[in-house]
Amino acid sequence: MPTRSHGGLGARLRRGVEPAVLLGPGLLFYAVLVGVPVGLVTGYMFARRGRFGGVEWELSLDNFSRVTDSVYLEVFRESLGLALVATVISLAIGYPTAYAIAKLPPRWRTVALVLVVVPFWTNFLIRVYAWIVLLNSQGVLNDVLVGLGVVDERFTLLYTPGAVVVGLVYSYLPLMILPLYAAIEKIDDELLEASTDLGAGRVRTFLGVQLPLTLPGVVTGSILVFVPSLGNFVVPELLGGGKTVMVGNLIRDQFLKAQDWPFGSVLAMMVVVLLVLLFLGQAWVTRRVEGGARA
Amino acid sequence: MPSRTAGRAAGRAAGRRTGLGWLWLPLGLCALFLYLPILVLVAMSFNGGGSAYRWDGFSFRWYAELARDSDLIEAVVTSLGIATGATAIATVLGTLLAVGLARHTRSKMLEAAAMAPAILPDLVLAIGLLAFFYMAGIPKSALTILLAHAAFGTAFVVAVVRARLAGSDAALEEASRDLGAGGFSTFVLVTLPSIAPAVVAGALLVFTLSLDEFVIAYFTAGPTTETLPITVYAMVRTGVTPEINALATVLVLISVTVVVVAARAVRRTEKS
Repeated sequence: MPTRSHGGLGARLRRGVEPAVLLGPGLLFYAVLVGVPVGLVTGYMFARRGRFGGVEWELSLDNFSRVTDSVYLEVFRESLGLALVATVISLAIGYPTAYAIAKLPPRWRTVALVLVVVPFWTNFLIRVYAWIVLLNSQGVLNDVLVGLGVVDERFTLLYTPGAVVVGLVYSYLPLMILPLYAAIEKIDDELLEASTDLGAGRVRTFLGVQLPLTLPGVVTGSILVFVPSLGNFVVPELLGGGKTVMVGNLIRDQFLKAQDWPFGSVLAMMVVVLLVLLFLGQAWVTRRVEGGARA
Repeated sequence: MPSRTAGRAAGRAAGRRTGLGWLWLPLGLCALFLYLPILVLVAMSFNGGGSAYRWDGFSFRWYAELARDSDLIEAVVTSLGIATGATAIATVLGTLLAVGLARHTRSKMLEAAAMAPAILPDLVLAIGLLAFFYMAGIPKSALTILLAHAAFGTAFVVAVVRARLAGSDAALEEASRDLGAGGFSTFVLVTLPSIAPAVVAGALLVFTLSLDEFVIAYFTAGPTTETLPITVYAMVRTGVTPEINALATVLVLISVTVVVVAARAVRRTEKS
């Protein structure tokens, strides 16, 4: 804000008070309800567990070494794997969809975007529950498969890692489509035409021009699906039947069941650090693509 | 004839736009994937039988059950109360923050801090708040959920209002000051009317987010506080009855209405 020099002492004083009045209440509110809680979780990482929840403030690094326990490493491996599969599937569904929406006439584009968003605004638990109804052995999918003679006997698709992946994709697909749409819509069609005019085929134009230009959208969408998938404990519980344990379940259990808050804090902060690293990567990709486009 | 050439060019452009070809396939499949589960739920809510999965004749029976379920109604009232309170706090604080950020600072750090609660994984905020309320000796209740929802809701209001302010310059506000209006009157008479659609959109966003929010509520609820998502979670876990299908249908109907009304309201205020 350029400060203009006219006005007396009163005016200058007011100009100093105004930012305080505007920014003060919100920042104070954040400091108490976000800053202190995140600070506490950070501090808990170095404390010992209390007997009935809470912590004993004694310096300890045991919580960090427990992370390398083979039981937990297995959980990390499985969660990272499932979250990655969910992200790749979301990308595979999301990219062609976002591309198609970007090619719709403007009127229909808005309608399509609203249609993408509406399921996202329906209650998350209800959306997960819908898949219990669909995948159950008595469910509609079985009716169809048996009816068509694809399978002879009813079988449950529920309580498998596959069901967990379907639930994660269904939960976060809109978060993939929207940034992809924003990235694809921004591309100048003439760049693609130039590529084909210069003799590149459709595949080469896609891989050489379209995909690199939309990479920031791909990365953003992937982060928005990947990170919440890792931290989700509802989908593994309801669709995985408790057999699939993800990092989210582990964190939840440390706080609400095992009452080991320090270890739960270490796990939670691992997710935060991963998120920060991914965002830094995204910023790097965006800078490279935009810098390249300008050059 | 220039107009005909222009018309033909436009026609060609339109042809290129509407000629989706094989792209209808992903569009159709994605729509099927997104809406089939919801449509099945809606259909099953009219099931006369006792199973949530098997069709056994048409009936409104489960809607009647829904209307009689006093626990559920209580949970809805609790959720609406929390959402209202959280929206009020988040809208006021978020709007002030957004204006402050846009007009009084260029700090990228502050900007990032103001959005942080929206980016932070909900589970992390949830355990942090659980720890905070425990350490501060504040008993968990509907009020603690309200405060938690207000905290992340503020970030969403900041995001929406800030985006609107980025498109407008400060000239009108400066003119108002030059004509002798004070900071307060400038804010109420000039700034606020120009960002009103964004403030309304942000408020609606917080309200719906709060109504649907499960993870933070689950961690910060008192032992007897039941919000709607917490009740739905318990219902799904303990045993599936067609009543949930009826509830789901009502909730889907409400969210569709809110999205359509919000989209229209924003478009109308932007036009005028």
